Amino acid sequence: MYIYDEYDNSILRQRVAQFRDQTERFLAGSLPPEQFLPLRLQNGLYVQRLAPMLRINVPYGMLNSTQIRKLAHIARHYDKGYVHVSTRQNIQFNWPDLTEVPDILSELADVGMHGTQSSGNCIRNTTSDQFAGVAEDEIVDPRPYCEIIRQWSSFHPEFAFLPRKFKIAVTGSEKDRAAVQVHDIGLQIILKDSGEIGFKVYVGGGLGRTPVIGSVIREFLPEEDLLPYLEAILRVYNLSGRRDNKYKARIKILVRALTPEVFAQKVEAEWENTKDGYSKLTRAEIERAKSFFTEPAYETIDNAAAQAAVDAQAAESVAFSKWLQRNVRGHRVPGYAAVTLSLKPTGVAPGDITDSQLEIIANLADEFSFGEARTTHEQNIVLADVKKSDLFTLWQKSKAAGFATPNIGTITDIICCPGGDFCSLANAKSIPIAEAIQRQFDDLDYVYDLGDIDLNISGCMNACGHHHVGHIGILGVDKAGKEFYQVQLGGSASNDASLGDVLGPSFGAEVMPDVIQKLVNVYVENRTAEELFIDTYRRIGATPFKERVYAKAN
Amino acid sequence: MPKLIKDGAIIENTWELIAKPEGDAAEVAVPAGHVIVPLSVWIAQKAQLQTRNDVGVWLDSDEFAEDIGEEANRFPVIGVNFPGFMDGRAFSTARLLRERYGFTGEVRAVGNFIRDQLCYLRRCGVNAFAFANPEADLEVALKSLADFSEYYQASVDQPLPLFRRRA
Ligand code: HEM
Ligand code: SF4
Repeated sequence: MYIYDEYDNSILRQRVAQFRDQTERFLAGSLPPEQFLPLRLQNGLYVQRLAPMLRINVPYGMLNSTQIRKLAHIARHYDKGYVHVSTRQNIQFNWPDLTEVPDILSELADVGMHGTQSSGNCIRNTTSDQFAGVAEDEIVDPRPYCEIIRQWSSFHPEFAFLPRKFKIAVTGSEKDRAAVQVHDIGLQIILKDSGEIGFKVYVGGGLGRTPVIGSVIREFLPEEDLLPYLEAILRVYNLSGRRDNKYKARIKILVRALTPEVFAQKVEAEWENTKDGYSKLTRAEIERAKSFFTEPAYETIDNAAAQAAVDAQAAESVAFSKWLQRNVRGHRVPGYAAVTLSLKPTGVAPGDITDSQLEIIANLADEFSFGEARTTHEQNIVLADVKKSDLFTLWQKSKAAGFATPNIGTITDIICCPGGDFCSLANAKSIPIAEAIQRQFDDLDYVYDLGDIDLNISGCMNACGHHHVGHIGILGVDKAGKEFYQVQLGGSASNDASLGDVLGPSFGAEVMPDVIQKLVNVYVENRTAEELFIDTYRRIGATPFKERVYAKAN
Repeated sequence: MPKLIKDGAIIENTWELIAKPEGDAAEVAVPAGHVIVPLSVWIAQKAQLQTRNDVGVWLDSDEFAEDIGEEANRFPVIGVNFPGFMDGRAFSTARLLRERYGFTGEVRAVGNFIRDQLCYLRRCGVNAFAFANPEADLEVALKSLADFSEYYQASVDQPLPLFRRRA
């Protein structure tokens, strides 16, 4: 994991001091609210329905146990004892007191954490694959590049007042788990036969009110050109992005207005001027960044023997075997596995973790995974480096802490925004809908039989819950002051990225579990062997689903 | 005379800023003495104005460094305007004036930028700050120039990114 050095630390300290001064000026009345607003957003501070919300960056999802304990401490002393994992891998506090935020940020700085640029019209936290570095299908570890981007984008003087927010994601595996095609810039790492590393560059993806799948503007960007090329994209956007209308200000609108081809030409022309300047990466810098993401001290393990022992334990315990099936996945190192701790037990808001649970995660990370954990964009936590021989003990301990719900990737592993319970922009509640659906699908064998289904819920069209890219997406809508839910089918955030199609008129909250059940029934009746929900939908289209859901009684 | 911040000090402002004309830019009367004219006035009256060495130009946020381009160094001062402080185009414009067009004169932020942007503006090559608000406390604003002392990325005041300087 990247460790902050004296430079990172002094920059961060100066930022905390700057924000403390800004907060004091605001509280004293000498900094007007409209000026304080973007400044506080650039430090992660929203003002919400019930209280402020503070969003803390977790760069590409990586946390060490010291940082996790610090988050627990802050949740306990400054908040109401819990935090929330967001779809951008960040950690959110829902109840901080404005006057205490500088102190919170100062405490976070002690462990190399911050909320800088986690909101506002600037380059946000760069996200990635939660299995980076350990995935069996990984081509190149994306984390060193994410860290290089983190440093370049942090406090970038030219791009702190962009037309709108700006999000970058990087993936280095065959299967995209970072949703790169729905980011302002998505980078897919390519390894050529010659050994040359570079990026396929997507631009102009995003969700929200106008969802768009990104366009490829460059098939191969050599790795050393990363920063000048990103800078060229950002500069074109900063100068040409629309500023007259907030809803048309994202880069996706510019890319569409110009066409991806013309946009790419502008970027290439801009880049031509800077490509061989000082921002071009050096071999030494790439190696330095990589040096932080080397292998932990893995033991040499006989994988066959380790697997046989796990299989024997699984044969003894159905519950353990279910957990193995859904929450544990392969690892590129023999004898190891990657474990997902589920934050989605029924009845808990998806992504919520209490202070004492955070401490348990820190302990589990120390005991089983070299002191590190990762947040995921599906709002779970990953322990990436667990010895197979430890799986049974880890399962027992995580079960006791409430993290062992064996539902990863299933219909009850719901991505869900805070919705009307917390968010002042919401049109409808999301959390109770997630809970009602989890209750509807409480038979695990049945849920397993359904296989992988992404079900995503957002409380409004801002799409924090990624409803457009759920196989089943649910969007809260407001009709004459009443809460309703629109259903979309066929979205995907993976390599085959697609946006869902609206099924038809929206539904009241009380019928939602039944509606989802009917959709699932249509799938079960129509699927071929091995076919996932999304594939059946793509094959048979929306009509059978519509007919079932909107059929008149009798 | 109003004051401004230039090169880290508070000094008298000796330049008069001419507002953008409502009508024909060719009709605008450009007074004698130090004046900073809108780009449209410069373009319309270039024949007369180019003989003077006390004329600067200012760019609005929808006007770009390339609109001046290689001509930049004929001006003693180029203003970059902030219609509102959230309009961040001037950051790129200033940087391009310095880095692409090699402008060595004064780059002056004008309009509604705020004190909390000074450090970033300086990094983008702005060396003079004329606040639209006459009440702005320049002594206090001066302090914001020192908000940061170390930076990750390349910029005008430190062309070497940190990764080329890190020991
Ligand atoms: C409760 C406070 C929150 C507020 C006020 C808020 C506000 C917003 C707004 C205004 C947008 C729309 C931006 C646009 O037009 O593109 C947005 C988008 C988004 N938010 Fe939130 N949000 C909140 C919580 C969350 C949470 C809890 C998550 C994660 C679960 C989240 C993740 C996202 C994501 C991923 C987008 C997607 C936009 C895109 O990629 O285009 N937000 N949010
Ligand atoms: S999708 Fe809407 S309701 Fe949900 S968190 Fe985002 S802004 Fe709030």
